[in-house]
Formats: sequence, structure tokens, C-alpha cells
Amino acid sequence: MSEGSTLLSWVIWLPIVAGLLVLATGSDRNAQFARIIALIGASANFLVSIPLFTGFNRLTSDMQFVELAPWIETFNIHYHLGVDGISMLFILLTTFTTLLVVIAGWNVIQKKVAQYMAAFLIMSGLMNGVFSALDAVLFYVFWEAMLIPMFIAIGVWGGPNRVYAAVKFFLYTLLGSLLMLVAFIYLYHKSGGSFSILDYHKLPLALNVQIMIFIAFFTAFAVKVPMWPVHTWLPDAHVEAPTGGSVILAAIMLKLGAYGFLRFSLPIVPDASHSLSGIMIALSLIAVVYIGLVALAQSDMKKLIAYSSISHMGFVTLGFFLFNNMGMEGALVQMISHGFISGAMFLCVGVMYDRMHSREISDYGGVANKMPMFAAFFMLFAMANSGLPGTSGFVGEFMVIMAAVKVNFWYGFLAASTLIFGAAYTLWMYKRVVFGAVANAHVEKLEDISKREFFVLGLLAVAVLGMGLYPLPFTEVMHASVNNLLAHVAQSKL
Amino acid sequence: MTFPMPNLTLALPEIFVLVMVSLILIVDLFLSAKNRFVTYALTQITLLGAAWITVSTHSAVPQYTFSNMFVDDAMSDVLKLMSYVAVSVVLVYSRTYISLRGMFRGEFFALALFALLGMMVMISANHFLVLYMGLELLSLSLYAMVALQRDSALATEAAMKYFVLGALASGLLLYGMSMLYGATGSLNINQVATVIQNTTGNHVVLTFGLVFVVAGLAFKLGVVPFHMWIPDVYQGAPTAVTLFIGSAPKIAAFAFVARLLVEGLQGLVQDWQGMLVIMAFLSMAIGNITAIAQTNIKRMLAYSTISHMGFLLLGFLSGTLNGYSSSMFYVLVYVLMSVGGFGMVMLMSRQGFEAENLDDFKGLNQRSPWYAFMMLLFMFSMAGIPPTVGFYAKLSVLQAALQAGFVWLVVSAVLFSVIGAFYYLRIIKLMYFDAPQDETPIRPEGDMAMLISTNGLAVLALGILPQPLMALCAYSIQRSLL
Repeated sequence: MSEGSTLLSWVIWLPIVAGLLVLATGSDRNAQFARIIALIGASANFLVSIPLFTGFNRLTSDMQFVELAPWIETFNIHYHLGVDGISMLFILLTTFTTLLVVIAGWNVIQKKVAQYMAAFLIMSGLMNGVFSALDAVLFYVFWEAMLIPMFIAIGVWGGPNRVYAAVKFFLYTLLGSLLMLVAFIYLYHKSGGSFSILDYHKLPLALNVQIMIFIAFFTAFAVKVPMWPVHTWLPDAHVEAPTGGSVILAAIMLKLGAYGFLRFSLPIVPDASHSLSGIMIALSLIAVVYIGLVALAQSDMKKLIAYSSISHMGFVTLGFFLFNNMGMEGALVQMISHGFISGAMFLCVGVMYDRMHSREISDYGGVANKMPMFAAFFMLFAMANSGLPGTSGFVGEFMVIMAAVKVNFWYGFLAASTLIFGAAYTLWMYKRVVFGAVANAHVEKLEDISKREFFVLGLLAVAVLGMGLYPLPFTEVMHASVNNLLAHVAQSKL
Repeated sequence: MTFPMPNLTLALPEIFVLVMVSLILIVDLFLSAKNRFVTYALTQITLLGAAWITVSTHSAVPQYTFSNMFVDDAMSDVLKLMSYVAVSVVLVYSRTYISLRGMFRGEFFALALFALLGMMVMISANHFLVLYMGLELLSLSLYAMVALQRDSALATEAAMKYFVLGALASGLLLYGMSMLYGATGSLNINQVATVIQNTTGNHVVLTFGLVFVVAGLAFKLGVVPFHMWIPDVYQGAPTAVTLFIGSAPKIAAFAFVARLLVEGLQGLVQDWQGMLVIMAFLSMAIGNITAIAQTNIKRMLAYSTISHMGFLLLGFLSGTLNGYSSSMFYVLVYVLMSVGGFGMVMLMSRQGFEAENLDDFKGLNQRSPWYAFMMLLFMFSMAGIPPTVGFYAKLSVLQAALQAGFVWLVVSAVLFSVIGAFYYLRIIKLMYFDAPQDETPIRPEGDMAMLISTNGLAVLALGILPQPLMALCAYSIQRSLL
């Protein structure tokens, strides 16, 4: 059915080539031209990724759209791509979000436009590569290469403290990734010379080895998710990154870490995952509760959303380590939904920042009087962020809480506290920024959103509501793969 | 008594280079300053000719001549070819730089070719004394090259330091070789290897000799704790000479280690493995940590070299063919990156201005996005970030060391490379995130512009498709170090 398909290669290389073309337009004199090429590239990328969804066989947990070619024979490394129900949706999320980022940065970015657009297009291709790589080295190459454009995006177009944030982001992630590389090399020798991830899934390993490998993977993925206590790079990176950077970071890069747990940690070292699941659940719950409280105390909107992201990602890792179907699917739904919502929240802050050049909550007040249309959108996303039923934010959280209660009432209880804290910090921020009397002369001068901004936020609103009201198309796709993964994890590899 | 005529065809590249360099020395005497480019052109022609001879006399099986003192095998051919390429690229990069600084003289080219000859002899040596002879020819040429700018106090100091420490190292090496001779009764590498394999007693003398040999090697490679000369020489020498020292001689140093330790002293692998572990660890630690504190880019790259040499040893200390070919891959990749890095330093320099400080790279992206991108590739490659070729170099040595069971060493190597990433990132930060201090346009000569772009793109292209180079290394090691 999908044999011989080159779809995944298209999804990966099309945006990269488009990015290089954009780069070739050179200086800012050709800025408009660069934008148009970027838009064409991003739209084409999204269109190319749609057949992944429509042509996807929902009944099998096997890898689909597989491509396999020798790459580096010396080390038996292959150009091996494929998606299953777990990874496919993230590719769509990536291409969709990249398109939004290109549109959202249309006028806002005036400095080095070509480089900005190119960075995001190339990043999109690399992230698609991460989600579809089935060879460990290929995965690692995409995983690391992605850091380069992000590092530059934060450092060049970011806020005042951008250099610190960019370097911190890079070094934090690099440290984790390199330990993962050591684990890959170990598995390579252990498996008798294979870098295929699917071979690793079948490889028997002793428990102490599994635990070491789990720790190596954990450093890579926990930093990326990020889990408490290695989350500290995220608020810095988010606050300093340009809007597009924040959106990509929150919507997709964080998902890469969670995806790593599903593709590597759980299936390769299932026994270690089981024996360490208590710690993982504890860390996840700390993220949910403690970081939720931290978010409450923020005075900077972007920082607040960044902490809220960490708290929401806590749900995701919690769902994974409950080892039941509902928890895992809930976590996956939460990942997609968080991709939409956090992207939308950062875009909303971006809309205000572009006009006021401030992210401080105290600089705002009464925005609704001047920007009613914007206030409506912001309201919807804020509600979704706090998990209102009918929005996508509710579905994932509800599923994970249900699954947690099944395992242990107190897990569910603590996780459910986010419904209160999440609502508190999001809506309190919303109230202070949007409601009330017009706070100052700057707010007085605000203009409502443009057609382009309306388009971007409108698309996201449709996505958030659509997924909230009818999540079946999403969960249906992941069913077979999740069941297979759970069955695999349940078997000991000792 | 008859003397058998040695098979000279095997040494034809060496003979050709020697003849040409003598010719160049004579021709240069009759050239006026404005015709000096003839010397330059002759030098490049020599390299081209040597490459042609090397390729056309290539044979897949090792062949010996000069009473087994000289070997021509796949490894020597590949390494020689790479050395020609490296020297040729270095000369192109240096041309503008040295002509602006009054060094565009016959001596520079003659010394460079003599150094090359020394490297070629080292690469093909199958005898301790031949190895030593090649090494001395290389070193003496380099001492003179460092001191070529007679009036520069920094350069003469560097040359002096280099000479004194280099001579000491040579002494250690010779002493070690004499011990090995005492224990085995031969200076021929193959015979030494056989004797060591068959011997059971007198291990003490062998180990004693080995320690001195390894110390001498470590000096030449520039690994901790014998690294002191590297930063001073790299900083003090004119950048063109630094570039030269940092490129092809590293290939020769690789051959040196391969011939001595792997071919000659494979029987003592247990003994030298431990020494290399310590030196590799310390080099990676001190190289990477000290580099952070540097403000001079040449000095920073010097410390980075030390750490790279530490990584290089990771392949050797694994003691397997897989490890040796990983090391070979590493050294070739290292030369590619280091030539590019120092090439960029020269590209930024101009009449009366040395781009020596890190701050000189500020805002390069605004002055010239293309060259900033090239430097970005070199820096990420040195840091070992894919999709640049530096990543595969690290990957291959790490996998070799891990295969040999050095888990903690590999983990610490990884940690040090995170530390190392910091100072490479700093250069990228200066280029991309900071505003330029200096708005002078960057206009390199056509050949340099083209070559440095090729160099940068090669780092990227090999990063996407590293297989050919890896296969070449595996091929030449398997054919030569059996």
C-alpha cells in the first residue's frame, strides 16, 4: 500500500530546499520575495503532509510510508524513514504550525527576513525528520541539527537577554543528547552492529543495563520535554525567543522529548521504565502542581505561558508512565492539543507585543475595549489552556486524569488540581490584561487584529474547537500503535 | 659483494618532491620580487605532480624497498594524497596573507615542501631511524617557518620554544627507540613487532622504551601533559604558518603513531593503551576547559587542537582495526576543519591588521553572511554537531572506544565536548548576534574565496554523505595494518 512511497522524504526535504532558496534571496532588499517563497514552501510542505493522514492505514501498528536505503555502510547506518500512529500526527502538527509561523512573521520581522524564514523552514524539515527517522543515527542527526536554526533564531531575533537564553538552550539540550548518543552506540555494539530503532525494540537487555540506558535517554528527553527539575532553560528561551520561535518551541520541540520517551525509552528499556515509573510519575506530578503554582506568580505573560507549558507537559509524561491505554492516548491527545493551544497563546502575546513592545502584565489592562475581536480569540485560547470542556485542552487532560485515578486515586487527585491552578493563572492573567478600564495611553492607541492575524488565530481556533468537540479522528489514528506499544512494554526483556 | 639496487619506483613521489624543491630553490634565486609567483606556481605544480605519481604507483598490497626500511601501502598513499591536498590548500589560503607581510619569498615555499617531504618519509617509514629522519626534516622546517618573520619578537620566541621543546621530545623518542633496539635487536618495525610477539622475558626494558617513545609521540601530537608548546607556537607564529602546522603535520603524526605503536609495538598494546587513556582524558579536559578562557582566536584554536588530539587517541587506544580507521577518519576530518578555521582567520586579516581576537569576528553575519555561514559550519563541525562531518568523526572514535569497553572514558569525552561546544558557540554568537565593530568589506582573492567556500561546503557535504571517506579510511587501514 505505502511501499515505495517517497512522501516522507518530500515532507523532510521540501521545506529544507525551500529554506535554502529563501536564503538565496539574500539581503532585506528582496524581503517581500523571500516572504513569498517562504509562504509557498510552507504551504507546499503542509499540502504534501496531508496524504500522510488521508492515506494512513488505521488498522495496523506497523510502520507506514517506509523508506529504506543504505546510507553509511561502514557503520550499517540506513536512511530509514517511516511513521506509525504515534508519530504521524506530529508531522502534520509541524507542517501546520510552520505555515502559521511564516504567516505570523510576515510583517513583524523586518530584520534579516530571509534568514528568519529560512531558519523556520529548515527547522520544520528537520523536525519532520526526527518524527519519521527509524535509524538511531539518522534520528540523532535530525535531532541535533534542529538546534542550529533554533539557536540562531533565538539569538538573532530574540529579546534583550537573547544570547544567554540561546546558549543555555543549546548547551542544555546538547548535554542530554550526547548521553543519548552514547546509549545508541552501546546498543549498536550490543545488537551486533545495527542502528535500527526497530531492532533495538526487540533486543534483550539486563536490568542494570536497561537502567543506565534509561537514564541516558532520560537526560535527552527530559531536558527537551522539559520535566522538572531540568526545565529551567525553557522560560528563558521562551521569553527571549521571537514569537515564531516560542510557537515552534512550545508547539513542537517540547513534543519531541515526549515522542522520544514513546519511541525509545518505553519500548527499548521496558523493564527499567516499569521499575522507574514511580520516579517519573512523581516528577510529572511535581511539574503539574508545583510549576502550576510557579506560573501563578509570573508577571511576564510569556513566562507565564512557558511555565504553563511545563505544567501541561507534566500531564503528558504522567500519561505515558501509567502504562494504560487511556493514559497514553490521553497524553498523545494532550500533546497535539497543547501544540495548538500553546502556539495560539504565544501568538496572542505576540500580537500584543508587536503593538506595545511589552510582555509585562502590568503594562496592560482593558485591551478588550480597543481590540474586541482579539479579546474574543484570546478568551477562547485562555479557556482551552485551562481545560474547558468543548476545547481540545479538556480531552487530553480528562483522559489522563481518568487513567491516573484508575492507577491510584491520589495521582488523579494531584493531576486534577491543574484544572484549578490552570484556570487560576490563565484566567487571572486574562482578566488583568484584557478586562477593566483602559489602563494607559499606550493601550488607548491599540488597533484590533489585522486580516492576517485573524486568519492565523482563526485557523487555530477551528483546530482547538474541532479537536475538543470531535477528537475521534485523532484517537482513531493512534489506537493500533498505542495498543501495540503497550503490549510490547508489558513484556519483559530480561 | 654486490649492492642490490633498491626499487626506486616505490619512493618516486619522495624523489620527485626532493628534485622539485631543489629546482625551486635554484629557480627562485633568479627571480625578481614581482616574478615570485613563478615559485608559487612551481610549488603547486610539484604537489600536483606528486599526487599524480602517488596515484599511478598505487598498489593494494604493501610493498617494501630500501632493505625493508621503506613501505608503500594503501595507508601511505591515502595519507600522502591528503597531505598534498592540505599543503596545497594551505598555500592558496596563505598567498595573500604572506605577500602582505613580506613573507612571499622562496624560502617559505621551499620550507613548506621540505616539511612535506619529511611528512612523506614519516608516512612511508618502516624503520625507526627512517621515521626519526622524516620527523626531524619536518620539525626543522617548521622551526624555521615559525621564525620566518625575523623582526617579530612573538614569532622568534615561539620558534625558540618550539625548537627547545621539540628537540627535547626528539631526544626522548631516540632514547626510547634505543631501548627498544636493546630489547629486540632490531630497528625495523616489522622485525621489532615479530620479536615482541615471540618474546616472553625482558618486558621491563621494552616497557621502559615504550614510555619514552610514547612521551616523544605525545610531544609531537601535542597531547597533555606534553602540550605546552602548542598554544604559544600557534599564537606566536604568523597565521599562515600556524595554519600549516595545524594541517598536514597532523596527518603525519597520525602515521607516526600508527607505524610506531600499531605496527611496531602492537604486542605491547596492553601497556600503551593505559598511557593513551590518561593522555586522551587529560587532553580533552584541559584542552576544552582552557579554551574557554581564551580571547585570542589562534590560542583558542590551539587548545581546541589539543582536545581534538585527545579525541584522536580514543580511536587508537581501542586497539582495534575499527579504532585505527576511526582515528584516521578523525584526523582527516580534523585537518579539513582546522584548515577552514584558520583560513577564516586569515581571510579576516588584511594589510596591517591581524584578525586575532575573538572580537574581530563580531557581526560577521552583517558584513558577509556567506563567510559567516562558512565559519559557522567549521565551528559546528569542530563542536561535533550534525549535519557537519565533525559529528561522524566523533561518532566513529566514540563507538570504537565504547566497543573496547571504555565506557567511563566515552562518557567523559561526551561531557567535555559539551564544555567544548561553549567556546565554539561563542564564536557563532559573536558573528551572528553582535553588531560589527569594523565595517571594512571582506574581499578575498578569487581563488581563496572559492576554495574556502569549497572547504566549508565539503564539511557540510561530507556531513550528509560521509560514507566515501569512511570507506577509504577503512580500506587503507585494513590493507595496511593487518
